[in-house]
Amino acid sequence: MAARVGVVVFPGTNCEHDVAEALEGLGAQAELVWHTATSVAAMDALVLPGGFAHGDYLRPGAIARFSPVMAAVQDFAAAGGPVVGICNGFQVLTEAHLLPGALQKNRGLSFLCQMTEVEVASDRSVLTAGVEVGRRLRLPINHFEGNYTADPSVLAELEAQSRVVLRYVDNPNGSDAAIAGICNEAGNVVGLMPHPERASSELLGSSDGLVLLQALLASAGRALAHNR
Amino acid sequence: MQAQPLHRELGLTDEEAASIERILGRRPNHLELAMYAVMWSEHCSYKSSKVHLRRLPTQGPGVLVGPGENAGVVDAGDGLAVAIRIESHNHPSAIEPYQGAATGVGGIIRDIFTMGARPIALMDPLRFGPLDDPHNRWVAAGVVSGISGYGNAVGVPTVGGELEVSGCYAGNPLVNVLCCGLMPKDRLVLGRASGVGNLAVLIGSATGRDGIGGVSVLASAAFGDDEATEAAKRPNVQVGDPFEEKRLIEATLELLGKHLVVGIQDLGGAGLTCATSETASRGGVGMDVDVTAVPLREPGLEPFEVMTSESQERMLAIVGPAQLAQVLEVCQRWEVQASVVGKVTAGGRLRVLAGWGGEVLADVPAASLHEDAPVYNRPMRRPAWLDERAADDPARLPPPAGLQGTTEDLLALLVDPSWAYRQYDHQLFLNTVVAPGADAAVLRLSAPGARPPADRPPRGLALSTDGNPRWCALDPRAGTRLVVAESALNVACTGARPVALVNCLNFGNPEHPEVMWQLSEAVDGMAEACLGLGLPVVGGNVSLYNEARGRDIDPTPVVGVLGLLDRLAPGTPTPGFTPGSRVLLVGGAATSLAGSRWAVQRHGHLGGRLPPLDLDLHARLLALVAGLVNDRLVDGVHDLSDGGLGLAVAEMAVKSGTGCHLGGVEGHQGLFGEGPSRVLVSVPPRHLAAVVARASSAGVPYAELGTGGGDRVVVEGLVDVSVAEATAAWRGALPAAFSAP
Repeated sequence: MAARVGVVVFPGTNCEHDVAEALEGLGAQAELVWHTATSVAAMDALVLPGGFAHGDYLRPGAIARFSPVMAAVQDFAAAGGPVVGICNGFQVLTEAHLLPGALQKNRGLSFLCQMTEVEVASDRSVLTAGVEVGRRLRLPINHFEGNYTADPSVLAELEAQSRVVLRYVDNPNGSDAAIAGICNEAGNVVGLMPHPERASSELLGSSDGLVLLQALLASAGRALAHNR
Repeated sequence: MQAQPLHRELGLTDEEAASIERILGRRPNHLELAMYAVMWSEHCSYKSSKVHLRRLPTQGPGVLVGPGENAGVVDAGDGLAVAIRIESHNHPSAIEPYQGAATGVGGIIRDIFTMGARPIALMDPLRFGPLDDPHNRWVAAGVVSGISGYGNAVGVPTVGGELEVSGCYAGNPLVNVLCCGLMPKDRLVLGRASGVGNLAVLIGSATGRDGIGGVSVLASAAFGDDEATEAAKRPNVQVGDPFEEKRLIEATLELLGKHLVVGIQDLGGAGLTCATSETASRGGVGMDVDVTAVPLREPGLEPFEVMTSESQERMLAIVGPAQLAQVLEVCQRWEVQASVVGKVTAGGRLRVLAGWGGEVLADVPAASLHEDAPVYNRPMRRPAWLDERAADDPARLPPPAGLQGTTEDLLALLVDPSWAYRQYDHQLFLNTVVAPGADAAVLRLSAPGARPPADRPPRGLALSTDGNPRWCALDPRAGTRLVVAESALNVACTGARPVALVNCLNFGNPEHPEVMWQLSEAVDGMAEACLGLGLPVVGGNVSLYNEARGRDIDPTPVVGVLGLLDRLAPGTPTPGFTPGSRVLLVGGAATSLAGSRWAVQRHGHLGGRLPPLDLDLHARLLALVAGLVNDRLVDGVHDLSDGGLGLAVAEMAVKSGTGCHLGGVEGHQGLFGEGPSRVLVSVPPRHLAAVVARASSAGVPYAELGTGGGDRVVVEGLVDVSVAEATAAWRGALPAAFSAP
């Protein structure tokens, strides 16, 4: 049975169709979930895609964390369901305190849309389970606020618990410890700034993102088997 | 200051005021006068350019909608259609660069989704004054930020454009924006009202005081002598909200997809007056507008302010009463405000009312605002300086001093535009196959809500925007022909077949006879090239009064060419060399230093005669190059344009990180001379015979120049530099210019 992946759409989100297309290309069933939804329990996994939720007004993610769907996302995550925030979705997850730290404006104070190389730094997340640690992937970034920042104690904890999931090979935005993605303690909630869906076909210059999306679908399948 | 009559203050001439009085059979009141002033502005009415624009060819087999609607629409096959349009936002950007550029982006996007198309790509041809001046840097950086800030957040990728610098744009930058969208053919909707009793629903932002008179006193008047006067026009610039527009895109596409509206029009220049009068006029009906039903941002707006405000992110939908509830429901879901503000009436009058059944504040024939604007055949005069310029042969310029001097001249021409386009999301929708920085952008032909049949291999579209004020200053007619040819060739270099063209005609003050002559010549040149290449003009925009400090800009017709690709495959050749590949120059031979980047940039020299363009040869070259690219007989390709052979060679080296060893180039004239119909290709040795055979049978000349490979760029006797040094010069040019003290 195809995994059902809920793609959460806030007003201002713009990568929902891209994420859905990439997931469906891998055989998943992607469903757009509007931000007023109060339950996501029927899903096997959730993706919070990129964009500008609520216009990114105040601060990226600052308003989105109050959207009704976020209570359902919290419950889903607490029950061990796989949740992945990409770019703006990562920013929303930090604002909602599902992940620690914050995404500040890029070093250089400029929006950056470019290809980057990242290294898989941990396989203990739903997005990297089964992916060889040290493997390098070419993934595009597209953000103004992608400079991951956290207290030294949080950074130490992330490193000690192998919760840094992806690291930039050539840090483009000034992130602490070149962090491109992290996960929560249980490994089921992941946030990353690069866009795996934008590296989903050779036509686009890289298909490395499929490695991560496949790992997510495999994790969703395991969650599915576990729940039923 | 002496008080002047109201109509002049609003930008109307005495004769125009008199003809309004004739139309109405009485003196217009303030509100009516304000409505005519914006609709009869140069920006809205094209009153100075109309007589000339009629000479452009607009018909073609694939054209579904030509000029005159919100956007042109071209059949793309497989049940899909492409909507495309280009516009200028020059004067607002001169005064308030960030918001001027941002609202330019917002406006052109609305023109596209108004037609029922999902906007999938933006292109931004930008022209600024020299960047050694801090004011020009402020303008340029602000414009790029505005495009980035609005375009990224609204969710439409910016996939290309131009960034050019010239002294003639110092007080008057050019900010042109092209948008292209994709739709299922059956979703096409036009901006017209019909059905007496139908309702006019205003969707989107509340109306405020921003942008009042934007089209008239700001866009349709020249800048004067001092910056203080321009600063005083800042309130005439609109303020953009990309978040509102993003929701408006989604709401509108859902309304059109569900066929809930009979007509729709965006509110841009001239605001509600334009949207109500144009939809009514096109539909041959009238409209009553209740000015008190318009949601306002602040209390106390006068009716004339409500009717002429250019507040952004608003649409006017014509809706049958039976569909109203569904329309309001869709808008509510997307969190977009919607209010009934008008009713379609019989009889063709546009009436503004203070409440239904309330006082009639204005009562004019709707069509008179839209169609009865004066048409001027303004006086034209061939500029006296043209012959002088033509006689000033650039052959008199001192050649660069030897190998080192020539190499230095070449490095000085290298500019990497990625400083700008890295700030733009150029990847959204998973369509971008060839990103900014190549000859043309290539996108997959697909969009949410407009997917091709699942069983078809992917097809594509290519886009290029081009302009060249140096060529057009020397000879606007021949220069414009060359610009059209170059844009088509850029598109062909991706393997695409050019199918349609849009234009943005940026010129000086039309009250100067020399400017009108330039405009007329440019239109003729464009018509000749478009006819010769079979390219229909499907839309355009005219921007006049580009004059500051007593100087008209050099004539700058900018064109956007759309091409279609019947198959998309990974590995589209882009500008670059490959080790061991043979480097061939394919195409024409005529070049000149007249109006060349080398002569203008290195010597401040603008003179001489442009090389001739052979349109038959050019058409054969387009087909030849597209075939070589599609059949992958070449692994690198680059159109030769400004900067000539030298700049093209250097760009191919820095973009691929691979050098070359070339010969047979005749002096600095051969290296920097510019001419049409020329392409550099990098050919794997095993395909050399096939490429040569195809060129011969197409009747296109070619010359073998040398071989790709190594870490140096060598053109025998002229250039010798390491790829690393060239790359550093290329990468560093813009960041250095913007970080100047």
